[in-house]
Amino acid sequence: MDLASLFSCLGSPGCILGQVIGAVIIAMVLFLVASGLSLILGVLGVMNFAHGSLYMIGAYFTYTLMEAFGNFGLALFLAPIGVGIVGIILERFFIKRVYGLPDLYQLLLTYAFILVLDDMAKLVWGIFDLSVPVPSWFRRPPVTIMGTIIPFYYLFIMLAGAALVLGIWFFLAKTKFGKIINAAASDPEMLMCVGMNVPLVYTSVFALGSLLAGLGGVIASPLRSIVPEMGNSIIIESFIIVVIGGMGNIIGTFLVALLFGLMRSFGILGFPFFELAFIYILMAVVLILRPSGLFGRATA
Amino acid sequence: MRFIRSNSWLLFLASFLAIFPLIIPTLSFVNIVSEMLVMALFAVSLNLLIGYTGIISFGHAAFFAVGSYTVGIMLQRLSGSLPLAIPAVLLCAMIFSGFAALVIGYFCTRLSSIYFSFLTLAFSQIVYAIIIKWASFTGGDQGLIGGIPKPPLSFFGFPIDMTSPFSLYYLIVILTILSFFFLKMVTDSPFGWILRSIRDNPERINFLGINVKGYQMIVFIISGIFTGLAGGLMALHLSGSYPDHAYWAKNAEPIFMIMVGGLRIFAGPILGSVIVTELSAYLSSYIQMRGLVFGGILIIMLMLIREGLLDVLASRWKAIKRCNL
Repeated sequence: MDLASLFSCLGSPGCILGQVIGAVIIAMVLFLVASGLSLILGVLGVMNFAHGSLYMIGAYFTYTLMEAFGNFGLALFLAPIGVGIVGIILERFFIKRVYGLPDLYQLLLTYAFILVLDDMAKLVWGIFDLSVPVPSWFRRPPVTIMGTIIPFYYLFIMLAGAALVLGIWFFLAKTKFGKIINAAASDPEMLMCVGMNVPLVYTSVFALGSLLAGLGGVIASPLRSIVPEMGNSIIIESFIIVVIGGMGNIIGTFLVALLFGLMRSFGILGFPFFELAFIYILMAVVLILRPSGLFGRATA
Repeated sequence: MRFIRSNSWLLFLASFLAIFPLIIPTLSFVNIVSEMLVMALFAVSLNLLIGYTGIISFGHAAFFAVGSYTVGIMLQRLSGSLPLAIPAVLLCAMIFSGFAALVIGYFCTRLSSIYFSFLTLAFSQIVYAIIIKWASFTGGDQGLIGGIPKPPLSFFGFPIDMTSPFSLYYLIVILTILSFFFLKMVTDSPFGWILRSIRDNPERINFLGINVKGYQMIVFIISGIFTGLAGGLMALHLSGSYPDHAYWAKNAEPIFMIMVGGLRIFAGPILGSVIVTELSAYLSSYIQMRGLVFGGILIIMLMLIREGLLDVLASRWKAIKRCNL
């Protein structure tokens, strides 16, 4: 326990701001991965263990694109699309065949994807840590607010993140395609009856989820070192966020990701010992008291 | 008696395992068979849940780690050499992991399907976090290094040197075979048949007035106890306990064994353990290809047969018998 350093941080606005910004950065990456996961779980009913690996592939694609073209904007555009295509391949050739089978088969299949994708990444990109430099466009003097230095790239992530949260929410809640996705989540048979191509909806939802994970990988790549195992920790964290936030609930997912980030950045100051276990305990409590998630609608 | 006759394959297995080091007394063989047996016990215990009751625990690594660390920590800290130290710590491993299963099971069995899997996963990650963070007690991310002392076992006054891999091998053989017998007895009992019916139709069983959650909880505890024993034996076999034992990826190994060997047949996970352990020993020189091969096999099996090898054989055998009638 190190409550003294927690309280001394809470006493200074600059320190609070620094920790909050750190939390928001953690939350943005987690939100992107978790929202894709939540979408796939909510609509397809498949718990995609390999979602972390898609995030990892997004980061590696960014590395390769940066090596080839040196243009971060291009990577930001192309890498998620590449991951989306990987997602389409996975769904069309494999996951499609286990819909409606017992959970065990889906869990095992997506677990097998982790093994295969991680090893493929090792074969293609090697086992050593790779890093993507902070894009040149963002190499500007950092902004200083209340004595806290904020790198320019962080500001970009916060702005882009806010736009994405609103964009994804708008897409799902207000557009026609979003309504089709919602319909597919609640009653795919009925949707089929009104003449919708449900398998195509499923594939596009999986592709969209993969694209979001890939986007998370692109944004995280200048911040973290790129290793084949990088997906393994984020997948568990994203699952927890989806469970606490409620499946298919984008705003809930965002709020919980933010909470997760705050618990991380302040918890590491005050309770370095319990910081890891804390979030799991929260999840256990939420699952027992409200199995549909903190922000989820209670199901009959 | 009838029970033993109908399970004579286990006796054959036991006598084969007893004689086999006398014929091929090489260390590497004894080591790999010990590992196969320990992992088979892990997989068979887990299959009690997956194959028989139809609930998927993704957090059994927690009990494996509790057993492993109980044995490791107790033997490292036990001063002097009590004559029955090893059986005593193994018993403790079973008791502690059983208690852990009682606590974890109490919460997890309240939920069903994917949520159950989620929650078991979360609990095993709590155990993992404790092991990593409580470094003064568990050795942190290094694990319990420096070896685990193995005091001699006194057998009717004869001290048996347990530091020899051969005597450890026989201990593992005896304990795993006895556990297999016990678990087979559980699955063949009326209790075992209720478990199968819970797997096939939980609502109906509930309507019959059977307490589904209670049964799930009891089987969860039994499974946890024997997983803990497997963990304890693994600590003795490796002469160390590592945080890896509690990591969620560790739990996928026995699930893979169950899937390869067969989940509806008791011996399925045992066969799966033999195949998977042998395969991973073979692949240890191509460490980068390991996941690719395992994942590839798993995907192919899921796409094509969706059953383990023994499941396929059993359904073929039934079809043949039906034709002869």
